Amino acid sequence: METGILLLGLYVLLPAVLLGGQFLLGSYVERAHLRSLEERESARRSFLLTAMKAPPRQTVSTERPPMLVSGEVVVSSDYFKSWVFGFTNFFGGESKTFTRLFDRARREATQRMIEQAQMMGYDAICNVRYESADIAGNAATNGGRKNAMKIAACTVSGTAYVRA
Amino acid sequence: MIVVNTETVPGYEIVALKGLVQGNTVRAKHAGRDIAAGFKNLVGGEIKGYTELLTESRREATSRMMQQAEQLGANAIVNVRFSTSAITSGASEMMAYGTAVLVAREGWRNREQA
Repeated sequence: METGILLLGLYVLLPAVLLGGQFLLGSYVERAHLRSLEERESARRSFLLTAMKAPPRQTVSTERPPMLVSGEVVVSSDYFKSWVFGFTNFFGGESKTFTRLFDRARREATQRMIEQAQMMGYDAICNVRYESADIAGNAATNGGRKNAMKIAACTVSGTAYVRA
Repeated sequence: MIVVNTETVPGYEIVALKGLVQGNTVRAKHAGRDIAAGFKNLVGGEIKGYTELLTESRREATSRMMQQAEQLGANAIVNVRFSTSAITSGASEMMAYGTAVLVAREGWRNREQA
């Protein structure tokens, strides 16, 4: 009887408590990040971002030479979400949590790039390009390791210029 | 040196092409940072160590590319692109490449004649 309770505790309750704790912590971290992103994004609404190769001539001020700016960020998923992803991976379909993870990484990198441009006195960025880096080494040797860390590494670069 | 990822530099014109320049670097963080990243993987959130890794790699690759351009006698690099690849978990290669050119302020010909 006592061994039964012990085993139940060891194999059911302990993982459940750990997963639950990671779920709470993970969603707290995510919500805090999203809130900070929204704040910064709404504060920089007037900053112009485009994916244009070259902005129209008359919209560019030539007083200051343009400059390459970039941002990069690595965001990790929490253990609970990685565990849930195991199910999504089995049944197929969109993984909303990982979609959101990459979205967060990209938005954060964008904000850092804008920060850099603003610090140097620019008010627009053109030719914005996103890329992802494989920090976790998922695509590296032995055809991708099953238990590699679930992280999103995003880099972005663009050309900052002053609007006319 | 003017470094941009657009094909032209607003307000300037390209007067000479110097050719393709590139710079790359492979970097890793010490084991302590890797272990810390492993813990971060439990609760989620930004892994500052790896963000730094990317920032340092990009700076290093860009400065190597700029050195090459300087050797070629260029004063600008246009159409800069970055590319990354993974070596293994926690280490990455960053490569920067672009076209080294000589640029001059627009209308330099007219001023020279005057």
